[in-house]
Amino acid sequence: MVDATINNGNKSDGLLTDDGQSLKAKLALATRRNKTKAFLLVAPLLFFIVITFVWPIGVMLYRSVNSPQFTNAFSSTAVVIKDWDGQGLPSEEVFTAFVADMVQARKDRTIGKAGTRINYELPGTRSLFTGTARKAKKLEAPFKESLIAVNEKWANPEIWAAVKRLSSRYTLSFYLASLDLKYDKSGEIVTQPEDRQIYVTLFLRTFWISGLVMLFTILLGYPVAYLLSVLPLRTSNLLMIMVLLPFWTSLLVRTTAWIALLQREGIINDVLVFIGVISDENRIQMIYNQAGTIIAMTHILLPFMVLPLFSVMKTIPPSYMRAARSLGATQFTAYTRVYMPLTLPGIGAGSVLVFILSVGYYITPALVGGRTGTLISNVIAGHMQQSLNWGLAAALGALLLASVLVLYWFYNKIVGVDNMKFG
Amino acid sequence: MALPPYAGPGETLWYYSFRFICGAIFLFLILPVVIVVPLSFNVEPYFTFTSGMLSFDPEAFSLRWYLDIFQNGMADPSQTFGWNWIVDSWNNAQWVHSTKNSFFIAIIVTILATSLGTLAALGLSQSDLPYRGAIMGILISPMIVPLIITAAGMYFFYSDVGLAQTYTGIILAHTALGTPFVVITVTATMISFDRSLIRAGANLGAPPPTVFFKVIMPLILPGVISGGLFAFITSFDEVVAVLFLSGFEQRTIPRQMWSGIREQISPTILAVATILVFISICLLTFVEILRRRSEKLRGITPA
Repeated sequence: MVDATINNGNKSDGLLTDDGQSLKAKLALATRRNKTKAFLLVAPLLFFIVITFVWPIGVMLYRSVNSPQFTNAFSSTAVVIKDWDGQGLPSEEVFTAFVADMVQARKDRTIGKAGTRINYELPGTRSLFTGTARKAKKLEAPFKESLIAVNEKWANPEIWAAVKRLSSRYTLSFYLASLDLKYDKSGEIVTQPEDRQIYVTLFLRTFWISGLVMLFTILLGYPVAYLLSVLPLRTSNLLMIMVLLPFWTSLLVRTTAWIALLQREGIINDVLVFIGVISDENRIQMIYNQAGTIIAMTHILLPFMVLPLFSVMKTIPPSYMRAARSLGATQFTAYTRVYMPLTLPGIGAGSVLVFILSVGYYITPALVGGRTGTLISNVIAGHMQQSLNWGLAAALGALLLASVLVLYWFYNKIVGVDNMKFG
Repeated sequence: MALPPYAGPGETLWYYSFRFICGAIFLFLILPVVIVVPLSFNVEPYFTFTSGMLSFDPEAFSLRWYLDIFQNGMADPSQTFGWNWIVDSWNNAQWVHSTKNSFFIAIIVTILATSLGTLAALGLSQSDLPYRGAIMGILISPMIVPLIITAAGMYFFYSDVGLAQTYTGIILAHTALGTPFVVITVTATMISFDRSLIRAGANLGAPPPTVFFKVIMPLILPGVISGGLFAFITSFDEVVAVLFLSGFEQRTIPRQMWSGIREQISPTILAVATILVFISICLLTFVEILRRRSEKLRGITPA
């Protein structure tokens, strides 16, 4: 509009409104006022979301690099150990500061947290810290010798290397741990021993299961969406209820139903035994494993595939297929060369949506996943609620969030959030 | 899509097998939802059909699990039915308690999310809004971010500000989770809204509030209501945030089901599930009616 005004008026400042101001200035003012008005409408929600949602998540993710539990308790040790070159044992100065900190930490009751923190770096050291702290008050100089006399583990340079690593409040060790890596005693990054490598496998399993669920939803969703798009509107509206009802039904109801269907004494096994496919003692274990997770998640996420596919297929004119047939294509060729390529945007939209949702799934895997069907979310929840290793939970969460955001960016490229629809 | 008259035997076969496959998929979709209904009338504490149920023996069916919803947790479940029984159930029964919580939280969330979300959608639908993409991204993010991350973040935050294990905390969390649905549905309605109607109203001398309530509101109302229903069902169904944020006092129906499935699996859960299925049928019907209405308003009618 601004451009048009400038081009039409011979001199851009020449046109005046009836109150004597230049039209351009007046227009700019009006635009600015509209902008402010639009922003003021959005502001309350934006403010609300930032305060109650974005900010808390930011703070939580900050925990993945920030772990002050150790430096809080051992602040003077943290200062002096920085000069230690990592060779042999630290100097007597460090030991003096360390014992003083320990006495103080026991008094302040921060020793437990510090011990827990160093335990993440070097498993098995928590008891060493809390145990020694109990006797720290009675220790006498020289502290190096007296400390080692209490427990000879203090002569192990690995412990002091870990203490030195924790002397900074910022750490990457949680991210290393989430990728099955760790610092060795000389501070190099190495892979965890075989039996402690769990998280990479878990991430891969999460992506694998999400990929399978995505594939199954495409396989099951495509025919249904096609049928719905070609049937007369009255029939398809009726059949659409079959897709929408599960969509509106509580997640827990659907998960409960799958437990009733799939468990060893459940309906599917009963039917199979009744018709004689399997014998009573060979009932199939279909739940509390990966299969259970995949079946239940496919069912729960299927509507998210059918709906975008349906809305794309609805826009494809049936005359395209007739044209292809009349030009001599077989039914199959017409489908694969004409129809399928036109539905690709729908497949893309549905796939990304299903994948995003399944990567972060928690409830269903927790209830029907058993040991082999759990996903990364379940482990994050475990670290949040049971092992209380919040730093590691935050690091795993950050990696999960990063992968979801990348997918979301793709989704936005393919469909645009504005075009998202429900029901 | 009728079978064309020139179809050969292969095509005919494919036509019918395709319908069969689709029927099987529809069965897969709907069976788990409806299977809980008959199971909830089982007289035995099993999760499967007994032989008595299959032969339609009236003895094999009962309403005991529905009664259990009202009785479980009562101070004196053995008393005879009467006013005191109702009072006891209303005050003490666990499922009744969580039902009250669920509705209380979901209704307040619906009001908050609908008003905040509708305002924001009105702003978002104006082309003048600066940084529209970025703002939309932030407003939609609660729907995209995995729930476990949301719940973990809120757990720390609400603990710090003293809102953990309070109704306020859960209501705020659910409002954040519910608003994206309102924003999306109302924005979608606004796209088809003819903006010249606003100018027409203003031109005829209506002040902006009158234009809003007499012109804009009636036209976008279907979108607002279905957005509100989405916010309601989001809050009503949500369990992850509740797991992290609620105490025993604030437990909702999904939270109660969660512990029911994990700890003491009893068919009472199936009875509750049946009731929830009926609630979702009602909501679905309502949304469908709204959708038809708004299609009619815009001149699209079923053929």
